[in-house]
Amino acid sequence: MKRGLQENEPEDGGGPSGEGERTLKRLCDPMSQGDLEGISWENLPQEILLHIFQYLPLLDRAFASQVCRRWNLTFHMPELWRCFEFELNQPASSYLKATHPDLIKQIIKKHSNHLQYVSFKVDSSRESAEAACDILSQLVNCSLKTLGLISTARPSFMEMPRSHFISALTVVFINSKSLSSLRIDDTPVDDPSLKVLVANNSDTLKLLKMSSCPHVSPAGILCVADQCHGLRELALNYHLLSDELLIALSSEKHVHLEHLRIDVVSENPGQQFHTIKRSSWDAMVLHSPKFNLVMYFFLYEEEFSPFFQDEIPVTHLYFGRSVSKDVLGRVGLTCPRLVELVVCANGLRPLDEELIRIAQRCTQLSAIGLGECEVSCSAFVEFVKMCGNRLKQLSIMEEVLVPDSRYELDDIHWEVSKHLGRVWFPDMMPTW
Amino acid sequence: MAPNSIHWFRKGLRLHDNPALREAVRGAGTVRCVYFLDPWFAGSSNVGVNRWRFLLQCLEDLDANLRKLNSRLFVIRGQPANVFPRLFKEWKISRLTFEYDSEPFGKERDAAIKKLAMEAGVEVIVKISHTLYDLDKIIELNGGQPPLTYKRFQTLISRLDPPEMPVEPLSDTLMGCCVTPVSEDHGEKYGVPSLEELGFDTEGLPTAVWPGGETEALTRIERHLERKVKQSANFQRTNKRFQLYEIHLNLFLEMNANSLLASPTGLSPYLRFGCLSCRLFYFKLTDLYRKVKKNSSPPLSLYGQLLWREFFYTAATNNPRFDKMEGNPICVRIPWDKNPEALAKWAEARTGFPWIDAIMSQLRQEGWIHHLARHAVACFLTRGDLWISWEEGMKVFEELLLDADWSVNAGSWMWLSCSSFFQQFFHCYCPVGFGRRTDPNGDFIRRYLPILRGFPAKFIYDPWNAPESVQAAAKCIIGVHYPKPMVHHAEASRLNIERMKQIYQQLSRYRGLGLLASVPSTNGNGNGGMMSYSPGEQQPGTNNNNNNNNSHCKSRFNPAEAIFFFS
Repeated sequence: MKRGLQENEPEDGGGPSGEGERTLKRLCDPMSQGDLEGISWENLPQEILLHIFQYLPLLDRAFASQVCRRWNLTFHMPELWRCFEFELNQPASSYLKATHPDLIKQIIKKHSNHLQYVSFKVDSSRESAEAACDILSQLVNCSLKTLGLISTARPSFMEMPRSHFISALTVVFINSKSLSSLRIDDTPVDDPSLKVLVANNSDTLKLLKMSSCPHVSPAGILCVADQCHGLRELALNYHLLSDELLIALSSEKHVHLEHLRIDVVSENPGQQFHTIKRSSWDAMVLHSPKFNLVMYFFLYEEEFSPFFQDEIPVTHLYFGRSVSKDVLGRVGLTCPRLVELVVCANGLRPLDEELIRIAQRCTQLSAIGLGECEVSCSAFVEFVKMCGNRLKQLSIMEEVLVPDSRYELDDIHWEVSKHLGRVWFPDMMPTW
Repeated sequence: MAPNSIHWFRKGLRLHDNPALREAVRGAGTVRCVYFLDPWFAGSSNVGVNRWRFLLQCLEDLDANLRKLNSRLFVIRGQPANVFPRLFKEWKISRLTFEYDSEPFGKERDAAIKKLAMEAGVEVIVKISHTLYDLDKIIELNGGQPPLTYKRFQTLISRLDPPEMPVEPLSDTLMGCCVTPVSEDHGEKYGVPSLEELGFDTEGLPTAVWPGGETEALTRIERHLERKVKQSANFQRTNKRFQLYEIHLNLFLEMNANSLLASPTGLSPYLRFGCLSCRLFYFKLTDLYRKVKKNSSPPLSLYGQLLWREFFYTAATNNPRFDKMEGNPICVRIPWDKNPEALAKWAEARTGFPWIDAIMSQLRQEGWIHHLARHAVACFLTRGDLWISWEEGMKVFEELLLDADWSVNAGSWMWLSCSSFFQQFFHCYCPVGFGRRTDPNGDFIRRYLPILRGFPAKFIYDPWNAPESVQAAAKCIIGVHYPKPMVHHAEASRLNIERMKQIYQQLSRYRGLGLLASVPSTNGNGNGGMMSYSPGEQQPGTNNNNNNNNSHCKSRFNPAEAIFFFS
């Protein structure tokens, strides 16, 4: 054992060692089985140990680290501490276990400067959100590339004192200087903290997800778009969207945008939503011809009037409440780039014409989901025929399909399967 | 020596189509039909007064029908494992019969009893009659795993022989020379207890909307089939196209305000307790279809209600953790919220959403709600609005719902919360809109929430939006006489659909933007791909998608990737 330790004193990082390769060859070669003196598990080259450890779940790795000093040293190598997901749960509010507090202490003490990809998953309790921020505040030596603040149930970051949250977040923004990916949906982040983010990370920021951040204003997000020219993925609520923002994202200095996700949520019934000019969307498409526009709508039926009046480059569309026949008709006319359409509910009037029009005009459509809607079987077959096998996802609730003179429920799936080129059945719900 | 038999009733509370009961009397000298009731169970169990009353009515009915054959029901206080040895001795029993129970707990209990019986030299005869098919055969046909999609299940079913015909009901002829020794004090020792005796306060208890018992069940099934014939006849006259469609048990299209109310032809509680034989129902449906259609094989959709029940029994029979999220290989681990206060509001019909509250009120008062109403409240509790665990909802249904047995209840809750069975999660039932579309006038709400009677149809589903004048006129101020809505539905659904999407994308390792593609699809066997989600752990190993060994698979989880991907 002693000989093993001397031979293989750990170095940090550790490149491939000739010694290591030879050892490994001898371990693996059945011919040399007899010649295995001095070869034992403690002598396993560190880079191999490291590689194996990367496959182990954290708990098993921790057990392994107790075996001997070498294994313990390997356990603490920086490569194994680049990614960490802190899980902060209270027994009173979650069924899931939390990351052990001792482990958290150890990480902060020994590995905070190794951490690069970090996420915090918190349950619906305020304590969990505050614990996450406490940890964040201590990561002063950290140069994070990725940070995710994820509430797994109710948005508990919104329930903690705002100043505590902002100061913790600011610590990260200032220290990281190379943040590439930031997920802060459902948090009380505000315009000033976004300014700090931009001041320190404008060269590196590529992804920003901040849906449902009520304390940010359109000016705040515009500042991000103006300064962070490498921004490729952005998620926000509709109230933050402006013509200026789209123009900023399409400026020459800006890289091609890849994804833009917009949530349109009604706070109060009868809410008025602003419109975005057609020219702003056109500028986006011109600058980033391949970009995906994902829009999720959670509106009352009467709130849709500003939308789908003019062409919009949306690719993925989800209607989370009910949406009227009329609006679906407009979708067919204004969404030529549509790839996926998902409708939670429409009601009891058949959507035959609207679907046919969508099949005709939305030539990129490859996924459609219909919940509480109605379509006659004939129109549905026609729709599928027109789309053909470009339809990769076809999720239709069984009750949607209304039999008519040509088709009964029991044979429609054969017709549809025929046109799709694969076996297809509608989605079912248990009736008991 | 002619054997002395015991027939052990658990479910299967009927004398018609009861092959195990027939075995009890076949060539026997004496037969005694027993039912075990643990007196302390009533108080501590999670079963409400409607379920107990239904059960007691079933037992009374059995007793009454047995009397017609000069026999009686023996209600025994205590646990089978404790009491059987004594009964075997006292009554000199050499034959024990019972209907097969496919549920894991039932199988365990029955294995113990079989052992006891063997030791006492008692022959045990078990017959399948609670399900249409031998569930083990279905599982065998699917390579040793229960099918996890309904379509796969239907495919397997269509390959099996049809269900066995129902057997003749117990009659004097079948009894033959077999007698039941009944003592003078039978009523005291073995009579069916009353609700009061079990510890329930029955003062003010309204009459049962669903009366228990085999007699009621058999009356209902005739009414049920008559109604189907009438409906199909009407349509034949008016609208030939829908002739066949009407026969199908597609309840959604028949859905209107009336469907929400308890129907005198509803059968589900009777199927659950076994007052009605599922095989009898199956064959009567088949006959009816052949009469109307004048030929050929009925489509599987005709038996929808029965097959769903069968599907869940099959999925559950080998899975003792079927009713849990943890340790259940087919259940996705979702980070549900623990919130007893919110759960209580839902369970006690105080959510502030009249549609939800009316349904939960009907459930508590009567013990049955329409299956679409179930979808609405289950969605609201879990993935739609409150983000509370389906296990909690399942427990409330277990207490209140007459037709909820272990397999079907747990299975349905997993299905409705999108925790299993490869369900798409995008269709969310709006607690305002869905109700409004089903019953635009709001009669259902007014019936079960009298406090809201004064609201016009325009506002009855979202009374908090009604102007003060309307509320005052209705003599019901929201926030005072009726609660404000407990969640903001639009925001809650936005949040929850995002949660579901992230969970499913981690499972399916899907990196794209589509909502629909996030849900893993099954391989042909309706088995594969469902992985156990374990947050925070870096799971080793590879995907294992082969047919025979994939009840759960682990995937390599890299948190760096997980943070990076854009959803």
